[in-house]
Amino acid sequence: MSCNRVLAIFLFLPACWAAEGPFIITYTHQMEEPRNLEVTTKNVTGKPGDGNRFVGSALEFEYGVNGWWTTEWYLNGQITKSDSTLFTGYRWEHRFRLLPREHWINPVLYVEFENISGADKALLEVVGHDGEEDLTAPNSEARAEKKRELEAKLILGSHFKGWTIAENFIAEKNIKHEPYEFGYAVGVSRPLALAARPDRCNLCPENFQVGVEMYGGLGTHDDFGLRETSHYVAPTVAWTLASGTTFRVSPAFGVTDTSAGFLLRFGVSYEFAQFGRRRR
Amino acid sequence: MKALGCFVLAVTCAWGQSPVQRAPARAANIRNPMEGDEKARRAGARLFARECAECHGSNREGYGNAPPLRRTEIYQAPPGALFWVLRNGSLARGMPSFAHLPEPQRWQIVTFLGTPGFP
Repeated sequence: MSCNRVLAIFLFLPACWAAEGPFIITYTHQMEEPRNLEVTTKNVTGKPGDGNRFVGSALEFEYGVNGWWTTEWYLNGQITKSDSTLFTGYRWEHRFRLLPREHWINPVLYVEFENISGADKALLEVVGHDGEEDLTAPNSEARAEKKRELEAKLILGSHFKGWTIAENFIAEKNIKHEPYEFGYAVGVSRPLALAARPDRCNLCPENFQVGVEMYGGLGTHDDFGLRETSHYVAPTVAWTLASGTTFRVSPAFGVTDTSAGFLLRFGVSYEFAQFGRRRR
Repeated sequence: MKALGCFVLAVTCAWGQSPVQRAPARAANIRNPMEGDEKARRAGARLFARECAECHGSNREGYGNAPPLRRTEIYQAPPGALFWVLRNGSLARGMPSFAHLPEPQRWQIVTFLGTPGFP
């Protein structure tokens, strides 16, 4: 397929609303709509104590296979000041909705394979004893470490009177050696207004969603607990334009000595409706 | 054997029902708090264009697995049943849940769907 044809497919696909809530780390039980493709960038910047400022990025392609199965492909990279710019690997994940109807608590099973280097700074989850120290090694050393990991999450989500509440329990295993690592992420959010206005607008309150996330590590299977683990509290805001583009920003504050002091996360999402389906 | 036959018959009948017909009576009896509200209908039209039109068509004409919504069964359906379908979706037919929309927005869509010939 020529480049022009690929470009034409994207240009002429109808866009749709990519309002998946303000969370950047925590997953809810909301699945991608069947045959829709959402393209998202998730970025994080910070300056670890003795290290240089960095920007870690993940480019995410999320596709709704059907109503109960969503698959995502990530390409990760990072830039470190006074060091280098690197492609750090990829992740491929699947989410399966376990119950066909909506309940008070809705479980989703998440499985993922990631093939990244030790220089990856996208920080899409915090597990085990992850901490600020992991962010200070020079890229030339860190990239030599290969991480091929399997990760599973139990995602629980609820919607109640306009509030979205989500809890994620994470287990990760390097497929070669390393022990099982555990982590969590929880979040709560709400739109600024529950009813929609009749007219198209960018700044209506229902286009803004605010929330707070908390995420961190829970040690490993032989050292389970909170000792020497990182934890972050992160207020988060999402703004969806009438065109469907969503912007997210979330300052994250480390709350333990092992955590990075401050991280700023930001990203943009855009959704293509009915990707790969013949148009009428 | 007879029990198995009844089970197969029941499943076949249930499969043939539309998602609206499958709504439990308790859910179907819930009244639309925005019924007859012109502003809610207009907001519902905008939400429909945003959330539903990509599958059901901008004129509710339907396409592929997504049935047309411009028909008597929908206009005459109890608002509570439409609301129930929006909340739960119908995964077997490829319709996702729209429970992530706040309740007032789902009622706005129901208000729009219950209105013949609009837009």
